[in-house]
Amino acid sequence: MNATSNDQRAAILAAIRRGLGRGALPADQSMMLQARIAAHPRQIIPARVALDHAGLIDLFVANATREFATIDHIQDRTALPEAIATYLRAQNLPMELTIAPHPTLEHIDWSANTLLTTRFGRAAASDMVSVQAGFAGIAETGTLMLPSGAGTPTTLNLLPDTEIVVLDTNDIVGPYEDAFDRLRQAGAMPRNVMLVTGPSRSADIERTLELGAHGPRRLHIVLVGADDQRSE
Amino acid sequence: MLNTSPDFKENVRHAMADAGLQKALDRAKKPFALSRANAVAGLPEFEALRETAKGIKNHTIAHLDYYLEAFTSQVESKGGQVHWCRTAEDARNAVLGICQRVGARTATKGKSMISEEIGLNDFLAEQGIEPIETDLGEYILQLRNEAPSHIIGPAFHLNREDWEESFRAAHTHLPADRVFAEKRDIQAEARAVLREKFLAADVGITGANFLIAETGTSIIVTNEGNGDLTQTLPRVHIVLASLEKVVPTIEDTLSLLRVLARSATGQEFSVYTTFSTGPKRPGDLDGPEEYHVVLLDNGRSNMVGSEFQDMLRCIRCSACMNHCPVYLTVGGHAYGSMYSGPMGSVLTPAIFGADQAHLLPSASTFCGKCESVCPVKIPLTGMMRHWRERAFERNLSPATGRYGIGIWGFFARRPALYRAVTRIASWSLGLAGRKRGSFRSLPLAGAWTKDRDMPAPEGETFFARYAREQRSR
Repeated sequence: MNATSNDQRAAILAAIRRGLGRGALPADQSMMLQARIAAHPRQIIPARVALDHAGLIDLFVANATREFATIDHIQDRTALPEAIATYLRAQNLPMELTIAPHPTLEHIDWSANTLLTTRFGRAAASDMVSVQAGFAGIAETGTLMLPSGAGTPTTLNLLPDTEIVVLDTNDIVGPYEDAFDRLRQAGAMPRNVMLVTGPSRSADIERTLELGAHGPRRLHIVLVGADDQRSE
Repeated sequence: MLNTSPDFKENVRHAMADAGLQKALDRAKKPFALSRANAVAGLPEFEALRETAKGIKNHTIAHLDYYLEAFTSQVESKGGQVHWCRTAEDARNAVLGICQRVGARTATKGKSMISEEIGLNDFLAEQGIEPIETDLGEYILQLRNEAPSHIIGPAFHLNREDWEESFRAAHTHLPADRVFAEKRDIQAEARAVLREKFLAADVGITGANFLIAETGTSIIVTNEGNGDLTQTLPRVHIVLASLEKVVPTIEDTLSLLRVLARSATGQEFSVYTTFSTGPKRPGDLDGPEEYHVVLLDNGRSNMVGSEFQDMLRCIRCSACMNHCPVYLTVGGHAYGSMYSGPMGSVLTPAIFGADQAHLLPSASTFCGKCESVCPVKIPLTGMMRHWRERAFERNLSPATGRYGIGIWGFFARRPALYRAVTRIASWSLGLAGRKRGSFRSLPLAGAWTKDRDMPAPEGETFFARYAREQRSR
């Protein structure tokens, strides 16, 4: 029989403490470590994100584009169905969408564009195009933060060939830390938080980069926000 | 598991004569160094971040007991379970227990070196549970029944023709006359074949790049998305992680992530950095119903407080091997361990025993390149030297080497004699090699000169020259 997990836990902790030359931490030291976790201090934040908001939007766009994401920009959400239909037509992709059941996407009048077929929910294996609600865009590396939740199923980020993420320009931040602060403000840590930088890829075959390994081979980001926010 | 480290010398001979391997190594050499250098140049804070990263890991190891317990209670509070495992066998049984309880027939797997370390695939297969590797590199290695040769590019020793051959042999349900015009056709076939496996699997097994004590979170960093499919689609997610993967907070993790991808592939950030915290929540439309962390010790707790403690800082980026002249000459398989290159030469003896792996720390030119690129500044050459000393003390080093060092020791303890002998040797070798400036072969050193030229001395010893320059001042 194997020792139970509890015995093993005790044995491992004892070995670690023997190595550290001490017993269990005294209460005052444990409290200091607990306080550090509670404060979760930031360390070095790269200077590249020290920009005004318009600058951050530009940095986000530049970095995401370099990682092979494509970007569209619309003034408000009423224009979303038309923008998506235009993108799909240009890429010669099917007009069938699986959409995140998120309030910001459910409230859109999708029937305004008669070419699109829509379904709300998690992704099925055969789905070709998904529409996901973006939580934050991280300008530092052009990265999307996509937390799971009832309105934002994770499978939408993984199964379809093409993922379209809708993101308010107001939700573009500088460093990762700012995005996680927003997540903490929104409530408890979600089950799954994906930080996504461009479409899926692999360089396993002779070190040649090929897009579309197991996840989406296209990542299209639709930014929503008034034009005057951009510096361009 | 699989460990041919004792056969290191024989493995090296094989590797040097393997034309396919040498082709793969040639292809990788320059890009490895160049891509990291470009990424580092793009982040002025990189050097300062290395120091930060080192500090975070040191702080964590100094309080490892606290952070492991904090991590465990966070996982439990979110409805997950942590299985503490002292040995590889304990970890295998923990995984098996979960698989059997839920009646699993197949398990998809993300790339995990811990899985390799504990020999999980063979074990599960013996117990009637089919393991399916889903990382492209790991998938082809499973088809070929080979071990990984690199911790992040496990199949980088293979060439395109190997991929085509293996896929034709394995995917017999597809037309035999299909054409792989491009590398992307090979990738597309793997995507299609593995899609079905992802959907059918009962259990998904991934590794972890980090565990966060603050939130009870496991993190995987990938480019393909296979790890995410593995941990999202099946009913049960099992995380395999060794205990030094724990980090205090999200912010600490972010600092480590800033140096990880840049050091590994030269990317600013990997495509998918995913934080998993417990099982599916009420209202969630997808995600696993069970979340388990199998926390493996396997010799690591004994490294705490030893001269190998700093090795526990390692974040498995592979920069050390990507820049190592030895690794780039012999490849990963020669080391006989899933951990190869400089980090493997230090870690393998600690995990599998010095008697198994004492030759690995000798496979170093001590050029120090590994240390200069390590994102957490591990003193790798110093630790390799520690292992050499231990091997010598324990009489593990080869007889010829010990004999030679014995002779050298005899002279070294008699300085006058030492100087006289080296003066004569240096003068005569200098004279003999004056024309070419080097020797193609030397008596008693045939094995050494077979693959190398010995530079001829210039006729004067260091001591003689030092004395002369002192006088002329």
